Amino acid sequence: MKRLVSLIVSLLAVCGLLAYTGHQLQASSGSTGSKVLNLYNWGDYIDPHLLTKFQKETGYHVNVETFDSNEAMYTKINQGGTHYDLAVPSEYMVAKMKRAHLLQPLDKSRLTGLQNYDSQFLNQTFDRGNRYSLPYFWGTLGIIYNDKFIKPGSIRHWNDLWSTKYRDRIMLIDSARDIMGMALASQGKSMNTTDPTTLRAAEQKLNRLAPNVKATVADEIKMYMTQNEAPLAVDWSGEAAEMLANNDHLHYVVPSEGSNLWIDNLVIPKTAQHTNAIYAFLNFMSRPDNAAQNAEYVGYATPNRTAKALLPKATREDQQFYPDATTLRHLEVYRDLSPTKVQLYNDLYLEFKMHH
Amino acid sequence: MTKRRTWVYFIPYGLWLALFVIAPVALIIYQSFFDLGQHFTLTNYNTYFRSATYLKMTLNSVWYAFLITLFTGLISYPTAYFIHQLKHRQFWLLLVILPTWINILLKAYAFIGIFSQAGLANQFLTFIGIGPQQILFTNASFIFVATYIQIPFMILPIYNALDDLNPAFVNASKDLGASTWQTFRHVIFPLTLPGVKAGVQAVFIPSLSLFMLTRLIGGNKVITLGTAIEEHFLTTMNWGMGSTIGVVLIVAMIVVMLLTGDQKTKGGTPR
Amino acid sequence: MKHKLATAYLILVFIILYAPIIFLIAYSFSQGETMTNYHGFTWRHYQTLFSDARMLAIVANTLLIALLSSLIATLIGTLGALSITRTTKRVTRESLLTLNNVLMVSPDVIIGASFLIFFTMLKIPLGFGTVLMSHIAFEIPIVVLMVLPRLREMSRSLLDAAQDLGATTRQLLTQVIIPFISPGIFAGFFMALTYSLDDFAVTFFVTGNGFSTLSVEIYSRARQGINLEINALSGVMFLFSLLLVAGYYWIQQASQKRRHRKREVAS
Repeated sequence: MKRLVSLIVSLLAVCGLLAYTGHQLQASSGSTGSKVLNLYNWGDYIDPHLLTKFQKETGYHVNVETFDSNEAMYTKINQGGTHYDLAVPSEYMVAKMKRAHLLQPLDKSRLTGLQNYDSQFLNQTFDRGNRYSLPYFWGTLGIIYNDKFIKPGSIRHWNDLWSTKYRDRIMLIDSARDIMGMALASQGKSMNTTDPTTLRAAEQKLNRLAPNVKATVADEIKMYMTQNEAPLAVDWSGEAAEMLANNDHLHYVVPSEGSNLWIDNLVIPKTAQHTNAIYAFLNFMSRPDNAAQNAEYVGYATPNRTAKALLPKATREDQQFYPDATTLRHLEVYRDLSPTKVQLYNDLYLEFKMHH
Repeated sequence: MTKRRTWVYFIPYGLWLALFVIAPVALIIYQSFFDLGQHFTLTNYNTYFRSATYLKMTLNSVWYAFLITLFTGLISYPTAYFIHQLKHRQFWLLLVILPTWINILLKAYAFIGIFSQAGLANQFLTFIGIGPQQILFTNASFIFVATYIQIPFMILPIYNALDDLNPAFVNASKDLGASTWQTFRHVIFPLTLPGVKAGVQAVFIPSLSLFMLTRLIGGNKVITLGTAIEEHFLTTMNWGMGSTIGVVLIVAMIVVMLLTGDQKTKGGTPR
Repeated sequence: MKHKLATAYLILVFIILYAPIIFLIAYSFSQGETMTNYHGFTWRHYQTLFSDARMLAIVANTLLIALLSSLIATLIGTLGALSITRTTKRVTRESLLTLNNVLMVSPDVIIGASFLIFFTMLKIPLGFGTVLMSHIAFEIPIVVLMVLPRLREMSRSLLDAAQDLGATTRQLLTQVIIPFISPGIFAGFFMALTYSLDDFAVTFFVTGNGFSTLSVEIYSRARQGINLEINALSGVMFLFSLLLVAGYYWIQQASQKRRHRKREVAS
């Protein structure tokens, strides 16, 4: 018993020590002061050096909290109890948050870098006139192939994936909207369709793809592809960029007949508290030098036109990640569908997954 | 001990039950009666019990949880038994627990590396002449990794049960001329059964709602109820349907509890 | 012969248990950026780690939550297990046990979402306090589960004898029951630690206002690819816990020997 008590006491002492260290560390990185900005972001989705630079220039310390899915982030902001100053939802989530009255409109008079953005990514259907959001990064949905196993040029269209040559060789990203969307695009349909018959036809078509599907996975798809586990994958351009950086045999193709264009955006949640810091940060991130630095760190495509010009030539002329105008014209941004339609997409997708 | 004094000890546990178990369960049951349009309805239960997809998922969940528990038990019992015979057994036991403190997602990534086409496992297979095999995305690899994760949860209670075992029983059995195997079957195993049961509960119940490994290692070839709940809470935001499946899982857990409950302790085991 | 087989079996089990961890640590020294191709030796990731104050603060938070919550959960869970064995009616006992296991069967997202609703309804600000409470909450059932079999083994006659000798409730508890069930208590504590360190979903939902734990950080990095700084961190944490475990065991052995010697002298 004595031993137990002494053990408890020593554990409590360790806890005290940890609390102290944690506090000191947080204080040393300046996150407990009053000049702060609370950023709610995807993990590792901003260059940490920019945060230090921002603090040096403006005095605001940026607290970064992270999330791993749009929906999880939505739940947190919707339930309250937190005070995030800026969040980074994807386009359909911006629309959803707007409808749920979770966002504050942007005060355009305080924004200084708006003219740097490419008009291609402004004034989209999810936020007409950019009343609530500024684009942060953008990308596409496409096919990754490994030239060790696939002849370059033999994969150009979605329908190429259905070939019997590729039995048990394709990895899919585990996302209902994207995989159903791919099937729809392959049939020349809109990726935003809500017509049950069209959707059912798409699911039928997916079922025919099932024998070719090796696995349906999420973030770990990067590790699989880099290790040559499968010759083909359907994934987003951001993930593809990571893979390509780690394996020279991989290539990324955006089917020219149509695909998804996604845009991650900076928004101000209703519960935000530090208005001055928010605009300082938005303007800081709109500056071409900073946006370019961030794009190089994250590896995604920047919507900042002036920043793009600052990127190395090889990057900005890379057709894989900055596709040409014709392909761009065929890209479709996801609309925020009603909950029942989202459910329909997911139910059909689940049936497809159960099919293989 | 008088009743008057001992109920004080129950207060913190009782408070926990009320605040963190009964309240959330009530909330889950309440939510399970709402559809996407926030109408009070039985639709979710209707959907669940009428859809072949969900019933298949339920069967999958129970079947894989059963397999995982079975393999975990088969591996853990001898491990616990042998560790218990070692000189520094408590140290070795701690070494069994140690790997569980490394993040599960990282361990899963490590397994992807080990089991991949060019990974260590396949290099070994090539070395012994079998040649590379597709290991990932098979049921076997999924069950292997799930079992790996669960083993410590089974070893610990079994080890404790072995530790409790009065050596006098074992000696008596041997003195009476029983072979090692007979002693094990008729004395040691029955006496350590409470530990095995605790282990089965600690492994089977959480295995019912496994989701991450089914995707990471299994490549979503097996879909369990955990996958569906995950989807309803995090993709479609249909919390009603997700809660309905949660209720089903709780009911399944109660059934397991009744099956492994202690109705046998009245007689049966030698004391 | 049999002895050798047992040793071989144990060696195999331990190799498998430690294989992924060795894999992780090996890559923490790789010059590459991801866990795919080994690129030669470097300390770089360790340097990054030790200059990353945010990450170190997260580690301190994580360990603090894990230790404190496990300690409290072990206390409450042990008391709970004592109460459960003391119930005389079988129905009450079975219902208590069922309720006890509810949190173990419910997937983390459900628990996390319900706790989030619960805390926001009560207007409790999200952060350290809510994370601590939630961790205690989902650790209690495993503690109860580990302590219970031990309590059941305790014979009625032992308690009766102690009581006949005039032991008070307190004495009974501190001198008879607790020493007897302490292996179960330790098992419960260690499993609680495991639960706490591994949890992602619950923590994610109930955290806020700048408080973060390692799991949340690791999971949210998955989209960008987990970099090797995390591997380096795992290596450090692993080495640290290994030293801790070895140290703890060594101290325990030493004190046991001392006690043993004392007893020998006394007799």
